Amino acid sequence: MLIYSRPDIKPSEITPEDSYVNRRHFIRSATLAGSSLLFAAGCSDADDSATQQQPKPALNINAFEDVTSYNNFYEFGLDKKDPARYSGEFKSKPWSVTVDGEAEITGTFDFEDIIKPHTIEERIYRFRCVEAWSMVVPWNGFPLGDLLKRFKPTSKAKYVAFETVYRPAEMPGQRAGVLNFPYLEGLTIAEAMHPLTLMATGLYGIDLPNQNGAPLRLIVPWKYGFKSIKSIVRISFTETPPPTSWSDIAPSEYGFYANVNPDVDHPRWSQARERRIGAGLFAEKEPTLMFNGYADEVASLYTSLDLSKYF
Amino acid sequence: MLEIGSLQLGPNPIEDIQDTLGIWGLRMLCATLVITPLSWVIGPLPIRFRRMLGLFTFTYCGLHFLNYLILDQTFNFSAIIEDIIKRPFITLGLFGVLSMLPLAITSTNNWRRKLGRNWIKLHKLVYLTSIAACWHFYWQVKKDLTEPLIYCSIIALLLGARMVRTWRRNQQATHKTT
Repeated sequence: MLIYSRPDIKPSEITPEDSYVNRRHFIRSATLAGSSLLFAAGCSDADDSATQQQPKPALNINAFEDVTSYNNFYEFGLDKKDPARYSGEFKSKPWSVTVDGEAEITGTFDFEDIIKPHTIEERIYRFRCVEAWSMVVPWNGFPLGDLLKRFKPTSKAKYVAFETVYRPAEMPGQRAGVLNFPYLEGLTIAEAMHPLTLMATGLYGIDLPNQNGAPLRLIVPWKYGFKSIKSIVRISFTETPPPTSWSDIAPSEYGFYANVNPDVDHPRWSQARERRIGAGLFAEKEPTLMFNGYADEVASLYTSLDLSKYF
Repeated sequence: MLEIGSLQLGPNPIEDIQDTLGIWGLRMLCATLVITPLSWVIGPLPIRFRRMLGLFTFTYCGLHFLNYLILDQTFNFSAIIEDIIKRPFITLGLFGVLSMLPLAITSTNNWRRKLGRNWIKLHKLVYLTSIAACWHFYWQVKKDLTEPLIYCSIIALLLGARMVRTWRRNQQATHKTT
């Protein structure tokens, strides 16, 4: 399969850290890494016929600089350059995560205890923002489902809620208060347990930088970026749909599911195409793919759902 | 990061160009609209700069439109038409740019002479341009409305000053003023 289970070759082996400090050098090697990975992944998993029949666009990995200097993290400001600019004061160590709700094992756990049993993998995912721009990012992390199973969720656990840390002293955007902080997100238990759903601890082989959601963030590659909540301090198993920040303040514009869908426009802009970050000044926008290109893997989760109503 | 004047080209250069041209178009529009009320206070000197500022506004907004057309949409006319029909902030933006075209064309001394009193009437179109520009900005932001509201207030103040003056003059006028 294209997306995960690539034990044979890792981007960090192809692209050492010192080569992406030198940007020009880096872009070349990153592009190379992307194409060789695609090739390697295609070869190593011959039984995934769907991927082979319908080749997806090449995953040209974005430069480290793009990934770490252009993103939304309203806790640090509204401009996409603000997270990199204003996250210097943020302290991601020590860190702990509280687990509560419909599970047999609950409590507050140190970051180290959260990640210790898991093997950190590298996964190259498309990342599609609801603002119609996209990137390809090499994340490091482990399947969220593996973590959740450790807490033995009960049969009442239908949803998983997440909460970002609330530290206005270190997060200037929280003092401005455009959203109702702390930021909240949530998934259905099936989405949370899906093997593509990643609990990320790093990118490009290094620990998550502050601006990208240190030290622990969610990555749900088939959903708009705002679902992939950053700097998580609480995970709750719930029976009813948990509140989620963007759909709370603008329910007509942002839904609970927020699956990437080129056929359902945002009320104020089109979702049919996306601006690929790093493609250059003269690149055309690219067509947006259903479920961000992960339809083969996740469409079965939504067969009974009217996606234009539950956007 | 490449920096040209106030334009900083980061990972999404097309967006940087679009936003920089747009915000400077709006700033120039405010500067243009400030001239007339300013001349009530300090005399006719600033009027000399009004045409230049108006043409700056047109240039920034025209380039803002061309950047949308060429770099952002790469002449994808079906997407552009869909944008214009389905997205009110694009519709308003297009109206704003088009409304400036006759003003830019008739900005020369020759045209001014030719049109006589109608020139003044025609150039009141800039009031509609300003409303469209503000609204366009207001509708396109994702959530934080602070910046658009600042510009909306400035424009409202500048247009309001004209309304108050006209109203006062009408009140005072027992005979026609020129």
